[in-house]
Amino acid sequence: MATLTIAKGINNGLRAAMERDPKVVLMGEDIGKLGGVFRVTEGLQKDFGEDRVIDTPLAEAGIVGTAIGLALRGYRPVVEIQFDGFIYPAFDHIISQVAKMRARSLGKVKLPMVIRIPVGGGIGAVEHHSESNEAYFAHTAGLKVVCCSNPEDAYWMIQQAIESDDPVLFYEPKRRYWDKGEVDTDAAPRDLLRANVVREGTDLTLVAYGPMVKTCLQAAEAAESEGKSLEVIDLRSMSPLDLDTLKASAEKTGRVVVVHEAPTFLGMGAELAALLQQECFYHLEAPVMRVGGYNLPYPPSKLEEEFLPDLDRVLDTVDRSLAY
Amino acid sequence: MSDNAVAENAAESAANPTHEDEVLAELTAPVPEVGDGGPEMVQLLTPEGQRVDNTEYDEYVKDLTDEDLRGFYRDLVLIRRVDAEATALQRQGELGIWASLLGQEAAQVGSGRAMRPQDYAFPTYREHGVAWCRGVDPLNLLGLFRGVNHGGWDPNEKNFHLYTIVIGAQTLHATGYAMGIQRDGDVGTGEEDRDAAVIAYFGDGATAQGDVNESFVYAAVNNAPVVFFCQNNQWAISEPNERQTRIPLYQRARGFGFPGVRVDGNDVLAVYAVTQQALNAARSGQGPTFIEAYTYRMGAHTTSDDPTKYRVSAEVEVWKHRDPIERLKSYLVHEKKADQDFFDAVDAEADELAAHVREGCLSMPDPTGDSMFDHIYVEEHPVVEAERKEFAAYHAGFAEEGGH
Repeated sequence: MATLTIAKGINNGLRAAMERDPKVVLMGEDIGKLGGVFRVTEGLQKDFGEDRVIDTPLAEAGIVGTAIGLALRGYRPVVEIQFDGFIYPAFDHIISQVAKMRARSLGKVKLPMVIRIPVGGGIGAVEHHSESNEAYFAHTAGLKVVCCSNPEDAYWMIQQAIESDDPVLFYEPKRRYWDKGEVDTDAAPRDLLRANVVREGTDLTLVAYGPMVKTCLQAAEAAESEGKSLEVIDLRSMSPLDLDTLKASAEKTGRVVVVHEAPTFLGMGAELAALLQQECFYHLEAPVMRVGGYNLPYPPSKLEEEFLPDLDRVLDTVDRSLAY
Repeated sequence: MSDNAVAENAAESAANPTHEDEVLAELTAPVPEVGDGGPEMVQLLTPEGQRVDNTEYDEYVKDLTDEDLRGFYRDLVLIRRVDAEATALQRQGELGIWASLLGQEAAQVGSGRAMRPQDYAFPTYREHGVAWCRGVDPLNLLGLFRGVNHGGWDPNEKNFHLYTIVIGAQTLHATGYAMGIQRDGDVGTGEEDRDAAVIAYFGDGATAQGDVNESFVYAAVNNAPVVFFCQNNQWAISEPNERQTRIPLYQRARGFGFPGVRVDGNDVLAVYAVTQQALNAARSGQGPTFIEAYTYRMGAHTTSDDPTKYRVSAEVEVWKHRDPIERLKSYLVHEKKADQDFFDAVDAEADELAAHVREGCLSMPDPTGDSMFDHIYVEEHPVVEAERKEFAAYHAGFAEEGGH
C-alpha cells in the first residue's frame, strides 16, 4: 500500500509499463525534461531516454499521426495531449485512422496505442483548457474510452490501457490530479472495462466518471444525513459500457441520475438514459435524469462554478427524481 | 499553364458562348504554355528516348543490365494494362469507382523498383504501380473500388501499407513508421539487408495539407529515414498547381531543412536514380528527402470525374509526347536492347494479366452481412457482439417465416 496522487499513480503506472515492455514509448509536448505541464511524466525521460520519452513538435495531428506509424511498426505509443481542447487537430487521425485501421485491414494489423487527455474544468483556466469531449470518441466504433477517478485506478488503468491491443482514449480528471488515495500495487486490478460501485445505496443510483465521482460521493454523504441512501457508480469505461453493473443497480434502486461535466445534449447521460430505460423499464420509478454542463461553449472561468455540476445541483436533481 | 493562358481561355469562353463556337475555339486555340519542369529537373531520358548524361545521377543507373531495363518496360506496360482493365470494369459497372494512374507509370515503377524488400511504402489510393513493384496482386487493389472491403490486404506481407483515402494522412504514418525503424536500430548499420527506409506517396494537392507539412517537420527534427515522394501530376481534381503553390514544390523542402529534388516523373530511369539516392541517404542515417516527380495525370481524377470541364485537350496532347512508355521503348529500340519479339511477348503477357484481373474481379465474392461485425476490435467487445447476435436473429426471423 502506498499513498499517491492521481498524477503520481499514472506516473508509476507508466513507469511499470515501460519497465515491462521496451516497445512502450511516450510522446507529447513538454513531456521530457519538464515532465508535462501536469508533471505526469516527471522523471521518465531521465530514466528511459529521449528515444522512449519523446518531446514532440507542437502539432497534435503530428503526434497522433506519427504514433500510428510507430504502432504499425510494432511499438506501443502512449501519447499525451496537453489539454482536452487541443485534441481537435488530431481528431481526423483518431476518427479516420486509429479507429478504422483494424477494420480496413480485415484484422491484419492492430494499433495498440493510448491517447492520454487531461479532461474537464474547475481549474480557473483560459478557453480550451477545461473541456469534456469524451462523447465524440465514445460515439466512434473502433475506440475504447476510459476515465480514472482515483489514484488506484489511475495506477492500474493506465497499465491496462497500454496492454490493450485496441486503441484507448485515456481521460485523466485534471482538477483531481493532486487528490491522494491508497494504492494497492499487489492486489489484482479490476477489469479495465468494468464499472465500480464505489458506494452502496438503496434509494437512487448516481452514475459518474472522472472528476464527478468525488462530487457524487460528497452528494451521497450529504444525502445520508437527510436519510437518503444513494448508490454511486464510477463508470470507468465510457466505451464500451458495463451495462450489467448499471442494470443491476438501476433495478435495485429504481432511480438513476447521470452526472458529468460535459454538456448533456447527446452526451454520455443521453446514451445511459436510453439504454437503461430500454433495459430496465419496469424497474424504474422515475425517468433517468441528467446533471451536466449547460449546452454552451465552456464559459470564462469566472463562471465555471455556475456552469459545472456541483453538490447542490446533484442533490437538486436527486430530489426531483425521488419526488416521482 | 501560365496565368495568361488561363485568362485567355476564360476570355474566349466568355466571348463564344455557343457550343459550336466553343468547339471551334478549342480547335483553333493556341497550345497552352505547358510546364516542362524547367532546367532544374533531373532527366536521363528525353521524351524522344535519348539518353542524356548526368554527372550526379548516372552512377545510380550504371549497373542496370539490359534485362533490368526490359523489366522496367514490362512493369510499365503491365500496370498500364491493369489500369485500363480496371477502368473498363468500372465502365461496365463492376467497380464503383477507379482512380487511374495513366501517365504516372514511370514515377511509380521507377520509385517502386528502387526500394529494397525491407523498405516500406505508404501509398495514397493511386499507387497501383508501386503495389505491382512490391509484389501485391492487382486483384487485392480492386476490393475497395468494388466495395467488398476497404483494402483488406496484409500490409506487412509486402511492406506496402493499405491505401489511404484521406489526403496526406499517410505521410505522418510513414514518418512514425520511420521513427520506429530508427528505434529498432535499422538505420546506418551498413548492412544491405538490414538498413531500411520508408517512402510516403502523395500528390501535388496534398502538399497543401497540414498533415503533410507536419510530417516534414517531424521527419526533419527526428532525422527520420523517410522519402517524401510527391507525384506532381499538375491537377488536384480540377485545381491546377497554381491553386496549390507559388513556388516549385521541391523547393519547399529547403524550408523544412532537408533536400528537395525535381525529377522528370515520366522518365523511369531518372526516377529510379533519384529515388535510389534518396533511399540510400535515408537508410544510411542522413534523414529525409523530398522528391517531386513532375508528371501528368493523363486521365480523369477518378472515373467519376470529367476533366474536359476544367482543362483543354491541347494540354493533354503536349503531355502525350512525353509518354513514359514510348520514351523507354524508343530508347530500347534505338540502343538495340530489345527486339520485336520482346515487345510482342510483353503485350501478350499484359493481355493475360488483364484477363486475370477481369476474372478475379467478377468472381470476387460479396462479403456476408455478418462479416461487417468482424475485426472492429482485437479484443471481444460487448456492443459489437450484441449487435452481431441481433443482426443474426433479425435475419433468422425472415428465414423462419420463409418469406425471404
